[in-house]
Amino acid sequence: MRALRAETRRSGVWYPRWLWPSFASPATLWLIVFFALPFYVVVSVAFGTTDFFRNPLPVYQPWYWSFSSFTSVVGRFAGAQPFYRPAFLRTLIFVPAASFICLVIGFGIAYYAARWAGKTKGLFLMLLVAPFWISYLMRIYAWQGLLQQAGWINKVLDFLHITNTSVNWLEGRPVTVIVGLVYGYMPYMILPLYAQLDRIDPNLLEAGRDLGASPARIFFRVTLPLSRQAILAGLVIVGLPMFGDYFTNDLLGTAKTAMFGNLIDNAVQNPGEGPQAGSLVLLLTALLLVPMAYYMRSSRRLGEQSS
Amino acid sequence: MSAIPATVARRRGRDPWRRPRFLPLLAWAYVAWSIVPVLIAVLFSFNAGRSTSVWQGFSLRWWFGDPSAGESLWYNPELRTAIAQTLRIAGLTVLIAVPLGVLFAIGIDRWRGRPPAAANFVMLLAFVVPEIILGVALFLTFSFLLRSVVHLGTTAQVIGLATLQIPYPFIVVRARLLTINSDYEEAAMDLGGSPVQAIRRVLFPLLVPAVFASAVLVFANSIDDFVVVRYLSGSAPTEPLSVKIYNAARSGPPPSINAAASIMLSVSLLAALLGWTAFRWVSRGRRIRSARSALVDLRV
Repeated sequence: MRALRAETRRSGVWYPRWLWPSFASPATLWLIVFFALPFYVVVSVAFGTTDFFRNPLPVYQPWYWSFSSFTSVVGRFAGAQPFYRPAFLRTLIFVPAASFICLVIGFGIAYYAARWAGKTKGLFLMLLVAPFWISYLMRIYAWQGLLQQAGWINKVLDFLHITNTSVNWLEGRPVTVIVGLVYGYMPYMILPLYAQLDRIDPNLLEAGRDLGASPARIFFRVTLPLSRQAILAGLVIVGLPMFGDYFTNDLLGTAKTAMFGNLIDNAVQNPGEGPQAGSLVLLLTALLLVPMAYYMRSSRRLGEQSS
Repeated sequence: MSAIPATVARRRGRDPWRRPRFLPLLAWAYVAWSIVPVLIAVLFSFNAGRSTSVWQGFSLRWWFGDPSAGESLWYNPELRTAIAQTLRIAGLTVLIAVPLGVLFAIGIDRWRGRPPAAANFVMLLAFVVPEIILGVALFLTFSFLLRSVVHLGTTAQVIGLATLQIPYPFIVVRARLLTINSDYEEAAMDLGGSPVQAIRRVLFPLLVPAVFASAVLVFANSIDDFVVVRYLSGSAPTEPLSVKIYNAARSGPPPSINAAASIMLSVSLLAALLGWTAFRWVSRGRRIRSARSALVDLRV
């Protein structure tokens, strides 16, 4: 009887059949027009042509598509004149490096918040969430002032005798950009890790301890395996936007540290490069397809678990 | 807690189960590292000199100084227009994204079958796609296909922001719906209420805290955003504060830019504070998730 009732309730027998679809349709329609359709436009621009003044001419009929712009863009990554390759390789180094640093430091912080914060837990969590309410722009901009040659970072480093000549941190140094990325995306790593670590039953750790395992062994055999999902999710959450990031480098680096996002942004800003911009967006989307699919699958699984 | 195994303690020469010393240090150092630079940037908006890196004494020059020079935030018409534009597009985005996202969450939660699964997929895709991809796609769409329908400027910005933000109310409200038992609606209808009454008088009130939280979230996100908004800005007066700051930040910005950024920061924090207070007030006396876990869930 109970099961039957649950069934009828869930299938919405009491509500008219059209009711729930009508709730979902406005946003669905919105996403079709302003999310799915724009992707088609990107494809049409990437596989389109340009007119005499180098304005892009999108081609909406697939049978007229020309792949000359697209192949020339691909050629800039792989061909004889690889203009785009350095930025691409840089992205492939910067993003994993920054994501990994985020993971190592973020795990420690999330672990502290979940296990050891004690009475200060509420305050600590509030401070962890605070950066989310501060715009990314403001947070990176703050570093621009600090990292200037006469800025406070150099003052501190001089004071500690770590460097005795003033370093120009903003002249296109990979270290600056990587630290900027870590700074910008760290909060996105900590929260999923915290949510997972907080859910681990302390009894499991205690059981390990009672059975004679060392703290390190408990960490590697219990805590780490139980947080695998959150680690992967965190890496994807910080990695995906980093691949499209151009502003961190714009504010803290130069053309010497340009990333994939900068290639796209430059192409958009230059009037004649519409097809290139479209092609680059397509390539980035293709590159990120696997991590995006993974993230969506894992978040759907989480949703099923909690329902 | 069980007693420390004596052999382990003796073998290591110290208690391996003691409170860690390094971890709290790392954690609190991180918190300081994450917040102090921003406070310093705010401080430099009160700098007496033109530098944003060398402190030259306190002054309100960049906030309210000399009208004729036009260098202070208060007397710079361009920045004032930008602030108004920021508030306008953020407000309009809330008005569009929140109702769409909330209705979508309810619909997806109750509607079974393949079409809702597909719609859910598209929504999640919109959530994970890097902003620059969405920004460029909409920019190209409004420059070519919908050129005569949507012009770059306020309309395009609001559409872009709403598309970017719809997933947030969806995720927040969906999470809340998963915790609400439909017994309440069942009871309402057992007592003779119509389906419409059950939704309006029972389901909606239960969702108010989540809806409110997501509205605050969308508002703050829209104020802070500049990636999508920058591509969809038209003429200079339609550029919001974030875009002005971004453009200025790339070429030796004066402290008035720090002042502008401080304004942006205060509006976001004010929205957060207001939202939190209202959230506490709306959920008073009701057994809902603790404020602490809500605080965390809000941004995950």
